Amino acid sequence: MRAPRENAIWMHDLRACGLVQAEAITDLRGLLLRGLAKSFQARGDIDQAFLEDVVQQALGHILDHLDQFQGRSRFTTWAMAITVRLAMSALRRKRWQDVSLESMTEPIERALALDRDDTTSPAQHAEQHAIVETLRRLIEEALTDTQWMAMTAELGGMPLEEIARRMGSNVNAVYKLLHDARKRLKHGLETAGYTAEDVRSAFA
Amino acid sequence: MALRPEQAKALIEMVMGTRDQEMTCDECVADIAEFVEVQLTGKPVSEALQAVQEHLDRCHDCTDEYHVLRQALDALAEEDGR
Repeated sequence: MRAPRENAIWMHDLRACGLVQAEAITDLRGLLLRGLAKSFQARGDIDQAFLEDVVQQALGHILDHLDQFQGRSRFTTWAMAITVRLAMSALRRKRWQDVSLESMTEPIERALALDRDDTTSPAQHAEQHAIVETLRRLIEEALTDTQWMAMTAELGGMPLEEIARRMGSNVNAVYKLLHDARKRLKHGLETAGYTAEDVRSAFA
Repeated sequence: MALRPEQAKALIEMVMGTRDQEMTCDECVADIAEFVEVQLTGKPVSEALQAVQEHLDRCHDCTDEYHVLRQALDALAEEDGR
């Protein structure tokens, strides 16, 4: 077994021709497969075919984007990060394939109807209720329907990638949409006189 | 679906923890390899990489990917006897 390649050697060998490149690709494929297999070992829903398919996709992407590697990490770490992202994306798509965005959305009044917790004192519940009511008003006044739909989907566990897919958008745009929504709500809560400490105290 | 108190708390804390400038998922992906290697050394994270940690604190998708990446790298390091 050869000594591990340094970054410069990986770059050289993967850009080379013939046997040098072929050997580098084989080594990289093996490394990515071993790493991915170990990290998904505990999952019962992932088979070797899935891993090999993901690694093959990742290799294509890595070879097409070698110029994007900036050398701020080991090359193999960078390559593994790309592979993990592709794997997780495929798993999310499979997990959420039958779930619509609409099924994740709740009308505001239902979504923010605060359950009474038996361990909460009446005074504390009243404080929680006041905060939630303020939040409800802010959501109705400050957020678009799209922002609320994305927010409830995210709260329900739907990955941003899947929200984006259903909206015909991309992950960054959805993140920015949600970030804008959170900023608006934060500004509204602060204007209403609430601090982070007030919230922690009310929901402690 | 009424919000349980812990869900309401999580939502509002997420809102109150919002920063004016936040790293997007693509920006996090660009830095995650460097970030995870610094984490593996146990050294403190630089200011430039602090934004990655802040993004992971609020993005479940990127956090899941980070954990899988860590496990993969830990496994490979064990192979190499590092």
